[in-house]
Amino acid sequence: MAVLVYAEHDNASLKGATLNTVAAAKAIGGDVHVLVAGSNCQAAAQAAAQIAGVSKVLVADNAAYANQLAENVSLLVAELGKGYSHILAAATTTGKNFAPRAAALLDVGQISEITKVISADTFERPIYAGNAIATVQSSDSIKVITVRATGFDAVAATGGSAAVEAVGSATDAGTSKFVSEELAKSDRPELTAAKIVVSGGRGMGNGDNFKILYSLADKLGAAVGASRAAVDAGFVPNDMQVGQTGKIVAPQLYVAVGISGAIQHLAGMKDSKVIVAINKDEEAPIFSVADYGLVGDLFDIVPQLEKLV
Amino acid sequence: MKALVAVKRVVDYNVKVRVKADKTGVELANVKMAINPFCEIAVEEAVRLKEKGIVTEIVVVSVGPKEAQEQIRTAMALGADRGILVETAEEIQPLAVAKLLKKICDAEQPQLVILGKQAIDGDNNQTGQMLAALAGYAQGTFAAVLKVEGGKAVVTREIDGGAQTVELNLPAVVTTDLRLNEPRYAALPNIMKAKKKPLDVKTPADFGVDVTPRIKTLKVEPPAERSAGIKVKTVEELVAKLKNEAKVI
Repeated sequence: MAVLVYAEHDNASLKGATLNTVAAAKAIGGDVHVLVAGSNCQAAAQAAAQIAGVSKVLVADNAAYANQLAENVSLLVAELGKGYSHILAAATTTGKNFAPRAAALLDVGQISEITKVISADTFERPIYAGNAIATVQSSDSIKVITVRATGFDAVAATGGSAAVEAVGSATDAGTSKFVSEELAKSDRPELTAAKIVVSGGRGMGNGDNFKILYSLADKLGAAVGASRAAVDAGFVPNDMQVGQTGKIVAPQLYVAVGISGAIQHLAGMKDSKVIVAINKDEEAPIFSVADYGLVGDLFDIVPQLEKLV
Repeated sequence: MKALVAVKRVVDYNVKVRVKADKTGVELANVKMAINPFCEIAVEEAVRLKEKGIVTEIVVVSVGPKEAQEQIRTAMALGADRGILVETAEEIQPLAVAKLLKKICDAEQPQLVILGKQAIDGDNNQTGQMLAALAGYAQGTFAAVLKVEGGKAVVTREIDGGAQTVELNLPAVVTTDLRLNEPRYAALPNIMKAKKKPLDVKTPADFGVDVTPRIKTLKVEPPAERSAGIKVKTVEELVAKLKNEAKVI
């Protein structure tokens, strides 16, 4: 029995979520192989070979995989995956995009966003925006799974020495074409991997006011997130959204500023170790999950907080 | 061109669900049900394409219990032309839904299939991708902008870290993200008119699709409760607690 892990990368380096996915693979047991599909992705493959506990790295280096188009990647994964008991991908937009497609090609179900491995065929996953935890058992011969990174501690990125092996010819489905990509630039840590996250909601009032959160975040070495209300109001770009339909985070410290705490938002952050809520409405639902709550005007509190930390 | 839209009947998103005492699932009796919010966005997008003259007919499909007819009628009140309900009282999982939708695509030959990116009950985010795989269609998931031009669908997708634009050959599957559009409300005259629109009722057996679940739910439990926190009075107190008690800064 061996587990195939799909590596998340930008051709040059691996994304952090890959290390959490390898951790889930190790919890399942058996050999862990990592597939690096990309274009000019040798550097990412070398990085994958160093992950602790990985025994083999498969490299599919071809222009067809340059932009991780699901049509092409799923064909590759379904083909290679036939030799494995489990196929794992991180529950990122890349993983969510191709994994169900690969599962359907293999005629098996897919298990989304597992947070715990009970045994090789039984897993825990949240449903209803995290308001219930389901324990599910798969009867499929190949288990295709996406892994919620915050549910598993990352394995060490170094210490391994896996063999790197190139895999055969690539297939281009020819049905889709990459046009362009616009990535938001930020010097702050990545939201899903940050140890501290400072998030703003509708209470911030406008996009300009987010400056006080950026300033606090920089002092703390934190990432900045937002609620859906703040994104919909156009205060900040949507890749900052934390919640059921945005990113799932579980940092050491989550500071919710001007966020009421709708179910949808809580689904994205309630596994944080310590939650701090700053809100002028003392009835706001966010206070029911916050370890420390401070009722007051965020425009007074946030600058004071920045001075004191 | 013809557009096919899939809608799901789910617990209303405002309802705080409760896990059943016997841990077999969540309490669904006497709970308000509605169209899944992402499916509403899918219907709206199809209607907008029809208003632009790109789509000529919108077929709305739901797989689920008899009561899902209500959600199909809602979609018709918003502008869908006719409906198909694949009626089943059993639990039905994404792979089975995708197989049923594939059969319907074979019969209806739509150029565009629009689904929500995920249903807010199972939180699976699979059906659109699985349908695209089975039908051999290209897919544009998490769509924030959809344009149909020159026989292609150009989709701007929300991805981690930003946005990506892809061009898809038609027919294609598109799954909607929240920011694709803001769904309209159904006007009363349209709700009345929707009652007269055709609605076919079928069963999975009509399509020869085996809908046996591949993934069995052993139990459903409430998430671990967070222990009650405290309210602090001042910023100084907050910082002291974070430094000395929680030790997170």
